[in-house]
Amino acid sequence: MPSPAEESAIKTSARNGWLLSMPALVLLTIAAVGPLLIVVVYSFLTPGEHGNVVWEFSTGGWVGILWSKDIFTDEWVLADAHLTIFWRSVSLSLLTTVFCFVVGFPTAWFIATRPARERALWLFLITIPFWTNLLIRTYAINEVLRKEGLMNTVLMGLGLTNAAIDVLYTQTAIFIGMTYVYLPLMVLPLFAAIDRFDVKLLEAAYDLYASRMQVLRRVILPIVKPGIIAGSILVFVPSLGAYVTPRVLGGGKQMMIGNFIELQFLQGKNWPLGAALSLVLLLIVTVALLVYVRNANRGSSHG
Amino acid sequence: MIDTVTISARNVVKSFGQGPGAVRALDDVSIDIRKGEFFTLLGPSGCGKTTLLRLIAGFEMPSGGTILLDGADITTWPPNKRPVNTVFQSYALFPHLTVAENVAFGLQMLGKPAGEVRATTDRMLALVKLEALATRKTAQLSGGQQQRVALARALAPQPKVLLLDEPLSALDLKLRKEMQIELKRLQHETGITFVFVTHDQEEALTMSDRIAVMSAGKIQQVGTAREIYIHPRNRFVASFIGETNFLTGTARAGALDLATGDSIPVEGLTAVDKGRPVTITIRPEQVRIGKADTDGPKATVAALVYFGTDTHCHLHLRDGTEVVARLQSPASGESGLAKGDGVSLGFTPGAAQVVED
Repeated sequence: MPSPAEESAIKTSARNGWLLSMPALVLLTIAAVGPLLIVVVYSFLTPGEHGNVVWEFSTGGWVGILWSKDIFTDEWVLADAHLTIFWRSVSLSLLTTVFCFVVGFPTAWFIATRPARERALWLFLITIPFWTNLLIRTYAINEVLRKEGLMNTVLMGLGLTNAAIDVLYTQTAIFIGMTYVYLPLMVLPLFAAIDRFDVKLLEAAYDLYASRMQVLRRVILPIVKPGIIAGSILVFVPSLGAYVTPRVLGGGKQMMIGNFIELQFLQGKNWPLGAALSLVLLLIVTVALLVYVRNANRGSSHG
Repeated sequence: MIDTVTISARNVVKSFGQGPGAVRALDDVSIDIRKGEFFTLLGPSGCGKTTLLRLIAGFEMPSGGTILLDGADITTWPPNKRPVNTVFQSYALFPHLTVAENVAFGLQMLGKPAGEVRATTDRMLALVKLEALATRKTAQLSGGQQQRVALARALAPQPKVLLLDEPLSALDLKLRKEMQIELKRLQHETGITFVFVTHDQEEALTMSDRIAVMSAGKIQQVGTAREIYIHPRNRFVASFIGETNFLTGTARAGALDLATGDSIPVEGLTAVDKGRPVTITIRPEQVRIGKADTDGPKATVAALVYFGTDTHCHLHLRDGTEVVARLQSPASGESGLAKGDGVSLGFTPGAAQVVED
């Protein structure tokens, strides 16, 4: 039971805490809730003739996500092109996340097990790509992948392939680009988790008859799981909304949700549909995160 | 039965690094550890005791020599194939598992049926008196409790040998004393061979059946606590175990002549040793102080240090050599001696031991 003096001290410190975080709270509320509200409102309006919106209630934007009006029969038909874009976005993002983990985990392990001085150097190298603008880096990847680009020149020069590999403007190119762009976001949280890992535990597990695979599955992965979750979220979420990478490496032929949304606001001149699509993207991310985090936590209670 | 050898190290060498900078952590070590005994590797830090333990566990491979377990050559076996478990200095408990899951880990890895795993885990938790904490995460436990979990976890798979790497060094004095008794009880109840590494000579003396004193990568002496304390083979062993006095002089049959002209009876010296320079060790509790006019080496009291149960009397021989005598404090607390007093020294028969340098 705290004394009255203690109680008033607790109250004062709680009030001061709120007071101090007020500027940040106000800013966050306005910056996060404000635009979101505008998007919600716009998704229920009627598209204007030259873009923008007409202030007239309509559910057309939401219907347009899955159905489109057939130009000849004027009937609503299922828009399978939209579904393809959704599926491409989700599957490419999942693939990118999984591949970033497969490549990023050994990398993070390698860095975390270096001597302290070397480690700083490796981490520094990991952050170098962030020094350059994303668009420029993506065009650089384009330059590497294109038919007469670096990759084909080297491969053909070495005689590993006769014909140039035409990978640019395919889903593979988008996948390669996204993996490149988001890999550091997987490596850094994994490194932070592995760095805290006590290597004595490996000896303990090995001493207690665990095989190498069992050491990995029963000891390492469960303990570094917070890092895996953080890394996966950091890669999956921006992948799903990726705009620049599919635009530059997909060449407009392989659209992802981000490009599709842009299309509605520019050439499509259908702002309500664009707004509704943005909200669908938000919904997919939220649901995916909820499912993922819940499964991850359930796994941990079973060891 | 008691003489069956469980672990045998033969001519084991372990070097770290290469070229001229290489360090020999173990230099031609041979040792036999008997089945069911509490065997202690004792030595200062850097003497190679932990390296020897890690070689037995399989965490390191020797640069030379062989390691046998029950007569089978296990030198190249990985740790997960050896029926040997380790209690780590830092405990190395799995932070993502509960106490019971930690204890069950080894049994599960061995593929034991679930029923047996549960039964053995319960038995082990009872053995270390942690049944009440079975479902806790290990981070919520005190140091002493973590220590018990580490013990139960290593004992659960019923290894042939339990290796303990300075397991008590992180505990405070009172808890350490309790755990010493606890460890002896566990060893007695399980009958498992314990190989215990420590730098604490008192811990080694009170707990071990046999002790190997190590220094500079070599085994200096192997024996029971009594053998090592009473008959230390060399200067290092004599000084590392307990406190002692060293005196050097010239040997003759049955005695040592000191530079001061005094002589000390030494049973170990015979006519063969005559004229040889010899070092002897005498424990402080074996030194007697007599009146100045009695027989024996003459000395002056240089300092008196009161320790409660006994008093340490620092004495100077005529050539300045210091000898420490440990006197039991009388009821009055006064030893009857004062700084500057002239005295004669006497020695318990057989107390003076010849040691190699």
